Amino acid sequence: MSHEMSDEKLPESHGSEGHEAAVHGDPFADPGLPAHEPRRTDIDERAAKRAERQVSLLFIVSMLATVGFIASYVAIDIDKIVYIFPLGHVSALNFALGMTLGVALFCIGAGAVHWARTLMSDHEIPAERHPIEADDELRADVIEQFKTGAAESGFGRRKMLRNTLIGSMALVPLSGVVLLRDLGPLPEDKLAHTGWEVATPAKPLKLINMNTNEPMKPEDIVTGSLTFAKPEGLEEDQEFFQEQIAKDALMIIRIAPEDLKDRKSADLGFEGILAYSKICTHVGCPISLYEQQTHHALCPCHQSTFDLADGARVIFGPAGHPLPQLKITTDEKGFLVATGDFQEPVGPSYWERP
Amino acid sequence: MSTANSATSGASKPASTRAKPANKFEAAADWTDGRLGIYTLAKSNLRKIFPDHWSFMLGEICLYTFIIIILTGVYLTLFFKPSMAETVYHGTYAPLNGIRMSEAYASTMDISFEVRGGLLIRQIHHWAAIVFVAAMLVHMMRVFFTGAFRKPREINWLFGAGLLFLGMFDGFMGYSLPDDLLSGTGIRFMEGAILAVPLVGTYLQFFLYGGQFPGTDIVPRFFTIHVLLIPGIMLGLLVAHLILVFYHKHTQFAGPGRTEKNVVGMPLMPVYMAKAGGFFFLVFGVIAAASAIATVNPIWAYGPYRPDQVSTDAQPDWYMGFSEGLIRVMPGWEIRAWGHTLNLGVFIPLMVFPLVLMAIWVYPFIEAWVTGDKREHHIADRPRNAPVRTGFGAAWISLYVLLLIGGGNDLLATHLHLSINSITYFVRVGFFVVPVLTFFITKRWCLGLQRRDKDKVLHGRESGVIKRLPHGEFVEIHEQLPQDKLYKLTAHEQPQPLELPAEVDENGVARKAGPIAKTRAKLSEAFYGEGGQIAKPTAEEHHEITSGHGHH
Repeated sequence: MSHEMSDEKLPESHGSEGHEAAVHGDPFADPGLPAHEPRRTDIDERAAKRAERQVSLLFIVSMLATVGFIASYVAIDIDKIVYIFPLGHVSALNFALGMTLGVALFCIGAGAVHWARTLMSDHEIPAERHPIEADDELRADVIEQFKTGAAESGFGRRKMLRNTLIGSMALVPLSGVVLLRDLGPLPEDKLAHTGWEVATPAKPLKLINMNTNEPMKPEDIVTGSLTFAKPEGLEEDQEFFQEQIAKDALMIIRIAPEDLKDRKSADLGFEGILAYSKICTHVGCPISLYEQQTHHALCPCHQSTFDLADGARVIFGPAGHPLPQLKITTDEKGFLVATGDFQEPVGPSYWERP
Repeated sequence: MSTANSATSGASKPASTRAKPANKFEAAADWTDGRLGIYTLAKSNLRKIFPDHWSFMLGEICLYTFIIIILTGVYLTLFFKPSMAETVYHGTYAPLNGIRMSEAYASTMDISFEVRGGLLIRQIHHWAAIVFVAAMLVHMMRVFFTGAFRKPREINWLFGAGLLFLGMFDGFMGYSLPDDLLSGTGIRFMEGAILAVPLVGTYLQFFLYGGQFPGTDIVPRFFTIHVLLIPGIMLGLLVAHLILVFYHKHTQFAGPGRTEKNVVGMPLMPVYMAKAGGFFFLVFGVIAAASAIATVNPIWAYGPYRPDQVSTDAQPDWYMGFSEGLIRVMPGWEIRAWGHTLNLGVFIPLMVFPLVLMAIWVYPFIEAWVTGDKREHHIADRPRNAPVRTGFGAAWISLYVLLLIGGGNDLLATHLHLSINSITYFVRVGFFVVPVLTFFITKRWCLGLQRRDKDKVLHGRESGVIKRLPHGEFVEIHEQLPQDKLYKLTAHEQPQPLELPAEVDENGVARKAGPIAKTRAKLSEAFYGEGGQIAKPTAEEHHEITSGHGHH
């Protein structure tokens, strides 16, 4: 259908016939290549000499800069800091090496380009283009050769041979796919649990202040403050610390009970002290910006904003659901403890998340 | 027959009939030619003609920064330890003394503070990567706006697209390797993005990371992908790209003596060997100096990665900025049903990200289909002479820039004292509105420039000389353009819109145009119809104005 309305509408491109003589009366005819205009260095030997000296000077500067590079490498102490206006305090070695290397390279380039522009011939030369497409004769010849080769192979004629070859070629990459299986363990329900899951009402887990590494008491936490916490027993030098802290990290805040808007969230807390997951439900950045007057917490990565007084409801940004909250209370000694895992999986959503 | 032949020729060895070489250089060349056939190879290439235009050097910047990245990257691998094993830092950088970190981060600290020149090479590597992707993008825009993607260069356009895509990802992997606080945040983002993929996302995440985030596998795995897999593919694409540039010969702009059947310029040896070779050193020199002056990615300031810590102003490298914008401005849509969660708030941006790039990469094929043009094109268009194409390209850039703004909404908000919410809402609306507006404005602009060209051709250029006519009127004398300018301004071709075949053919048989043919005809009308281009001046118009009726 479409080929019926094809090429005839395309114009003949102007001047496509090469150096056609200006058609009589065509005011827009191609006048052909303009005559070469000599440069100063083409006609004045002194100008050419000067250009030669300029190019050589650039090459000499490059050589000096390379010597300077090596000298800097040997002479300048690696931790020496110098003040360079307007950069401020910078590493002397880095600055010296970078500048000398930069000059050494730049001068070679500048010299070569200046040489090309002033001293090498600048006569414009036309070269013919040839169509990329082969002519019909060649095309017919190649197709014939291919047909001969295909016929001699018997690929089209011996169907069983062809089909089994395709079958084996299709199957063999499966080995490679199977080999990828041991790249990692199966997810199972690992994402649904955190390090807090070992806590039970009978055996609660203390909340440990991330900065002081001490357990926390409700009276330590003033209204409007933000404290980061981790579960008791999780230490930096443990093997799986990074994986654990990526899920267990807590934000502890205290909001005056009359400011709490969400009943359920208030019940999960203790006297206005709430423990939320620090891991953003968008893509997992740790949330770290807290406005104590509005009770808003903002993730610095993609600006999801949660209202911590309202069950960490999302009030702005790309996060899809509230921050999970950890139920806390106090133990017999008055320390803040958790008695179970988060109410729902922490961190970004995933397909199996209920 | 073969036995007879071997009997006669076997006795005497096939001898070279070549005359004695004039000097040692020729002798060496002869030796090599006898084995590699270099004379045949050099015959068409040594004095190969390249046309001259400033915009043709953009591709060179890509090539040279790629070489710089490989050179500096190999050096960095000599010192970098792609391991997430924990270690405690004891080095020259006092603020981090005694801090726990991964081997990857510690070795990057050593490269920056213990290895002399290591910091410089790291900075050159990073700066070159930034320039590499930027140059690829600008080079792509040059090819796009001049229509240099048309037959026979469509496949090379796709090779270039592949290079840009891989370049962006290799850059992302590269700045993820040092395992500093910023790069770890990027890896964390990637975890969230993969988890958002329906059905298989959780499995993909566990297989890629070797378990739960962050695990200890991701840095060594990224390292292999970053230094071997992706650069290997890129090198192959790059060589293919360059071979095709040589094979197709470079495009050139219209001008006197420049036609579709020739290429006018200067020979590779010596002019372009000096100019292009020299340009490599210029690019390298500038990047080396930039690395001495401007710090990029100061990982010592960020500190080692901890999943519960983050810095504000967290920003990816600029080329990931538009995907960052998609992620930031997308509303947090989430569908929870039947025990599953579909995280559209992350999954949609993840899918739109390649679509944004794809939109411009498929354009050449759409244009070829609309025009039905099957001829080769070697004369580069001036952007104004293809208003729809130029409008589309500008719309694409506007979308890209808008998303960059979305990606930097926090920086804009703090630096320009704007509300981050307003910026985000603006980008949300702008995503749909700004490209459309840009398209129409650019198209009108191009048509205006075409009118101006037509005016110049017909009425000449303003000479600045005012003449008073006998009856008192003042007129400015317009001077005819010289022949080469006239040719240049009228050399472009103007296709006419396609027309659907008659509803009834000559035998009276009805033939209906299908929806595809109708769409094509409509698009063709939009490209080349009345609103799509300003008709070029004709010889008659020119003749009428220049003969007789005086100047005006």
